[in-house]
This record gives sequence, structure tokens and C-alpha cells, in this order.
Amino acid sequence: MSTRTTTKTILILGAVVVVAAFAYMLSGRIGNNLVYFYTPSELLAEGSKAYGAKVRLGGQVVPGSVKWDAPTTDLRFVMQDGKAQIAVHSQGAPPQMFRDGIGVVVEGKYVESGTFEANELLVKHSNEYRPPKPGQQPEEMYKSLIKAGAP
Amino acid sequence: MLGALGSSALRVALLVAAFGLLAGALGGAGGKESWIRTAYAAAYTQFALVATATLAMVTALVSHDFSVSYVAQVGSRETPLFYTIISLWGALEGSILFWGFVLSAYTAAVVYINRARPGKLVPYATATLFFISAFFLILLVGPANPFKPVFPVPADGPGPNPLLQNHPLMAVHPPFLYLGYVGMSVPFAFAIGALLSGETGSEWIRTTRRWTMVAWGFLAFAIVAGMWWSYDVLGWGGYWAWDPVENASFLPWLTATAFIHSEMVEERRGMLRVWNMSLIIVTFLLTILGTFLTRSGILSSVHAFAEGTVGYYFLAFIAIVLFASFVLLSGLSPRLKSTGRLDSLWSRETVFFFNNLLLTGFMFTVLLGTLFPLVAEAVRGVKVSVGAPFFNQMTIPICATLLLLMGVGPALPWRSATREQIQRQLIPPTVMMVTVAIGVVVAGVHQFYAVLAFAFAAFAITANLREFWRGIRARMTMHQENPVTALARLVGGNHRRYGGYLAHMGVLLLAIGVTASSAFRMEREATLKPGSALTLGGYTVRLKDLWGREEPQRVVVGADVIVERGGAVVGSVEPRMNYYKTSDTPVVTPAVRSRADADLYVNLMAFERDGSSATLRVLVEPLVSWIWFGGMVVALGAIVSLWPAARRVPRRSPPGGVAVDEDEVAVAAEGAA
Repeated sequence: MSTRTTTKTILILGAVVVVAAFAYMLSGRIGNNLVYFYTPSELLAEGSKAYGAKVRLGGQVVPGSVKWDAPTTDLRFVMQDGKAQIAVHSQGAPPQMFRDGIGVVVEGKYVESGTFEANELLVKHSNEYRPPKPGQQPEEMYKSLIKAGAP
Repeated sequence: MLGALGSSALRVALLVAAFGLLAGALGGAGGKESWIRTAYAAAYTQFALVATATLAMVTALVSHDFSVSYVAQVGSRETPLFYTIISLWGALEGSILFWGFVLSAYTAAVVYINRARPGKLVPYATATLFFISAFFLILLVGPANPFKPVFPVPADGPGPNPLLQNHPLMAVHPPFLYLGYVGMSVPFAFAIGALLSGETGSEWIRTTRRWTMVAWGFLAFAIVAGMWWSYDVLGWGGYWAWDPVENASFLPWLTATAFIHSEMVEERRGMLRVWNMSLIIVTFLLTILGTFLTRSGILSSVHAFAEGTVGYYFLAFIAIVLFASFVLLSGLSPRLKSTGRLDSLWSRETVFFFNNLLLTGFMFTVLLGTLFPLVAEAVRGVKVSVGAPFFNQMTIPICATLLLLMGVGPALPWRSATREQIQRQLIPPTVMMVTVAIGVVVAGVHQFYAVLAFAFAAFAITANLREFWRGIRARMTMHQENPVTALARLVGGNHRRYGGYLAHMGVLLLAIGVTASSAFRMEREATLKPGSALTLGGYTVRLKDLWGREEPQRVVVGADVIVERGGAVVGSVEPRMNYYKTSDTPVVTPAVRSRADADLYVNLMAFERDGSSATLRVLVEPLVSWIWFGGMVVALGAIVSLWPAARRVPRRSPPGGVAVDEDEVAVAAEGAA
């Protein structure tokens, strides 16, 4: 009888330890991994507090601001929310749907030089379960490539 | 015409479901045979009606009947036939129709298989299934009606989402996901049936186990197929991003996994009965929550909620199910008294106890991370996202421990292990674990969790293989069989047990693949002129040429890329970019050169219009293909486990005792010798 009681006690103690370790990890980790979402005007309103914190910035690509340097895979563009603008810099080719005027979300840090250094760039696309809007026909530029490269 | 047929079939099906719910409940309460027969007939009728509606939708899609709202939404004359058919589940309304179809098929199957079984369990379970399908049919005749008439009839439609018509896995992942997701309704129905009828004995748990295994196997296969699709289609080179949609499919799988382990404790020892019932209910609720999250548009933002009314229906349904289950479970839990007790800490029961603790903890972590942004926005009005690091930091230690337990569980006997048993069973896997740990560190692996994962996987693989080997050896000495016959008869004599070990092996292979591909992944991006190359992880990737091609529904731009290794050309790949005529968003087709040791993944990121240069993103990911292989082994394990026993009828366990099987006796005899 006593061994059974001990067994049960040890088991309950084990469970308590596991749950406690779990709760401890959970409480610390979630706070550290929250990424807040800002628009350019909200981020600028934070002033110097905005520098260095990992945030997500959402807005529109200012038409004509995209500078994509293919040889160095360096991408620069300006984002706006109608009230304010922020220059964004990132490395790597932009997603295929990236273009002037499209809504984008970048994740990264706003640095003192006044540039948002992004390490992730997401283009806002419609919900997976919603069909795409009727869009443009494939543009002339791809057809030129067809003529150039077609066998 | 097809629209009217589909609409009316769904309306009649709703009436039949309501009637079947009533008949099943009356049959269960009064035990009158006529009511029970009526409920069963309603199940077949409902299946015929929903199948008619589904067939009408497929016909409308194939014949481009744009007077049907769903066809006008996802159809297009240019879409190839194959993708036209599978666009049935490509958007909200069609996916709910397909859900209703799968549920009515499950209901009919449950009734057919159990039609001769006496008692009140099956009538109540049937009524519960009718309750669930009534909910989906209400959605289908109301806010998610796919058969709404469209006027004026458009000449053509936009076609399905380009992402969904770019890969044949779209024909595999969604149907299996539904089979798994909807399949969890059946164990739930039996749980409610058992509570209401009071038939909570071994019959209930056996039936529920089998149906849970069916849904669990489908879900496991669907999740891995979804990972594969994401890897092959989306072009980022990963397969899991802790995206809410992925999490939604994973949550019920975790609790179902907990159940198929803990139910054995109930079957063998009569313990954990309330717990098992709760796991089944929670699993079902998680499938509905997952459907709500992915279908209501709540995920992108709380504000998207206002766009559709479907979300409110789901919330109401979740509330009703949660409340009713809670009332039933708390009111009727005296029917679920434990009949056994724990004998020893060194037993399989203990391992299952911790397995359940970890799996439910895993589920809560993923649930918290998924729902936190919604709660934060609703309560504090801030927009936040929970980053992948949260999920990784929390779940990697849990996964590592689960890997270890996957070896300890099979190695320990039920009830109580002797010191000799513990030593004999745990020392060989431990030796293997230490050897592998030292081996990978010497080989240059210094990430703590990678070493841990490989070592624990080695432990568990050894322990599971040893179970096969012990059985084979026992049969070889007892029956003078050759090893192959012994293996076949061993597995044939106990599908459940060896199917389970096989599933373990699958999960372990998958875990090794995930560990290796995330710890040793290499990535490089560069802009290349035709003829120039980049090198990564021993591969030289050379751009040869760029080309374009026009197809009926899209324009394709591709790159011819030569792969060299050790100075020699080993192959060529062809990453492409597809411009669909009805969409402004191009879709990539990454090129994957898959080998057992590593995948070479090449994606066309950007190109110059005149063909003078292209930007390629190249990844080398070791052992990725082990994940897909492991997923198939898991599914195979589920099939083996469910395969009907041919030679003998399953033996009933003596009251309060342990079910005996031949192999265990054989193994015990071998151990004693």
C-alpha cells in the first residue's frame, strides 16, 4: 500500500515539475517573441524609442521608389501609409508579386540613419480561400522574352 | 438547372439530417427498433443527397456552368480539366460542400458497419453525427451556399487561385486533410454516444480507437503532404512556418496522438477514462476551431471578421458543443470510474502519462501562439504577431523528449518492470544513443538540440527495432521459422502493436529529416548572367539560358540551370515562373533535385526582360526527403495497425485483467529463458 502511495506521489511530483517548467518557459518566451505591427506614421510617432526594436511595418510601396540592384541583390524602396513615409532596405530579390503601389509588410529594425533594415518582406496577398481578382494580362515584357528565347 | 438540383438536394438533406437526429435520439432513449432503423435509413439518404449535390457541383465545374455562383467564382474555360475538378475544394463554399460530403460518407459508413450492433451506443452516436452534419448543411443552404444563381451569366470566370492550380499535390493534401479532420467527428460521436447510453465499457473504447486511428492516419498523411506542397510550390525552401493554417491542422493531430496512446491504458488497465473522453472531445473541438480559423477570414486580421457571417455560425457551434460536452462529461463522469490503478513507476503506463502531458502541453503552446494575436488585438487593440522563434524555442525541447519516450515506451512492459527487464531493454538503446551522440559531435555537429535529437532518435529507433527483433527471434526458436516468415507472422499476429512501432519509425525518420534540414541548411542568392555560376555546399549551379513559353491559361518563364558536382555535370534543373492570365500575381515553380542525402533547391527569383541575367536562390537542405518518406511510413503504420485480423477474433480481456496475446507470451518465454 505504501509503495503505491509513493508511486502516485512521485508521479504527481513529476507532473508538477513538467507543468511548472512549461509555464515558466511559456511566460518568458511569448513576451520576448512578440512582434508589434506599425504603420510608417505610427512608427515615426514613437520617436527615438522606435530605433532598434524588432517590429513589423506595413504600408504601400511608393510608386517609382523601387531600386532593385540585381548584381548585388540589393533592394531599396519607400513605404507609405498616406501620412508618412519610411525608406526600407533589404537584401535579396523581392517576391514575384512585388511592384509599385502594392501593400507590403516588412519585418526588421528601424535604425538611426532613418532607414528600416528589413530581413523579411511579405507581400499582402488575398486570403488563400479567396480567388484572385481579375488582373492584367501578362505584360509585354514576358512576351519579349518569349520571342527572344523561344526555340 | 444544376444549381437548382444542388440547392434542393442540400435543402432536403438538411431536413433528413434534422429528422435523423430526432430518430436517433428517440431510438437511443427508448430503444425502439423502428426509430433506430429510421435513423439508419436517414444516414444513407443523407449521403445520397449530399453526394448528388457534390456531383452536381463537379458537373457544373466541368461544364463551365457560370450560372452557379461557385463556378463563376473559381471556374475558367482555360483551366485544365484536372485543376477544374479539384477546384471543388479551392474556395470557401466548395470546401464546406466537400466537408459535408465527407461527413455524410463517414456517417453512412458508421451506420453500415455497426448496423447489427445491439444497444443504444450506435443510435446516439448516429444522432450526434446528424447534429454535426445539420450544422454544416445549415451553412450550405445559408451563408456558404455554393449554388446561388448568378445573373447575368458571365461568359468566363477568373479560374482558381493560381497557387492552387500549380501542383498536383493540391489533389492529395486537401482531401486527406478533410478525411482526417472530418473523421475526428466519428470518435466524438461515439464519445457522446457512450456518455448518453452509459455503454462506456471496452466496446466503446475499441470502436473509438479504430475510428480515431483512421482519422489520425489520414491527418498525419495530409499534414506531411501539405508540408511537401508548401516546399514544392511556395518557393521559400521551407516546409513549416508555424503559420496559423498549418497550426490548425496540427492541433487536433496532437491530441489525437495523445488519445491513441492513453486509450491503451484504459483498454488494458481501466484507468484514465475521463481523460480519454476529454481528449476526444477536445480533438473534435480543435477541428472545428481550425475550420473556423481558416474559413472565417479572422486570421489575417480581426477586422476581416466582418466580411463574412460564416464565422459567427462557427463560434456559436463551438460554444454549443463545448457547453454540451462539458455538461455531459461532468454530469455523467460517475459512469467513467477507474477500475485499475498504477502499480509501478517503471511501467508503460507511466511513459504514456508523460507522453500525454507533453502532447497536451505541445497543443497548448501551439494554440496559445496561434490565438495570442487575436486575443491581443481584441483586448488591447494592438496588432502583434508571435514569431516562429517562440514556437521553436518552446516545441524543440518537447519534441526531443517525445523522441526519447518513443523509445522508452515500447521497451517497458505494462504494470511493472523488474530491474533485469529494465537493464535488458534499456541498455542497448542507451549504448546506441551515446555512440551516436559522440559520433555526430566528432563529425562536427555542435548545435545542442541537433545532437540531442539525433541521439534520442537513435535511442528510439534501436528500441523499436529491438521489439521487432525480439518477436522474430522468439518465433524462430519456438516455431522454427525463417526470419522473413517470422516477421510476416509476427506483424500479422498483432497488427496494432507492430503497426504502432512502424508509425514510431516513420515519426523518427521524419524527425531526423527535420533536424538535419533545419540545422544544416545552406542558402545563397545571386544574380547570374548566362554561362556564369554560383557554388554552394559542393554544388556548382550554372545558368545556361532563359526562355519563355505561352500556354492556354498562363505564360511560363523558365531558366535552364546546369548542376555540377566535383567538376562534373550531374544534371540540370528548370526553375520557372508562371504568369496566369487571370491573376496579377506570378507563381513560381521551384526546381528541386531530390536525393536521399540532400535536396538541391533552385528558385528563379527575378530576371531581366531581355534575358541578360537572372537572380537565382539556391538552397542545399540535407535529408529533406526523409520527411516525406517518414510521413509515408507513418501512414503505412496506421494501415498495418488497422488491418483487420484475419486469423483470429480479437480476444476479450478478462475482467480487470490484461489482454493476452501470443507474441507477448512468446517474448516473455524468450525473456525467461
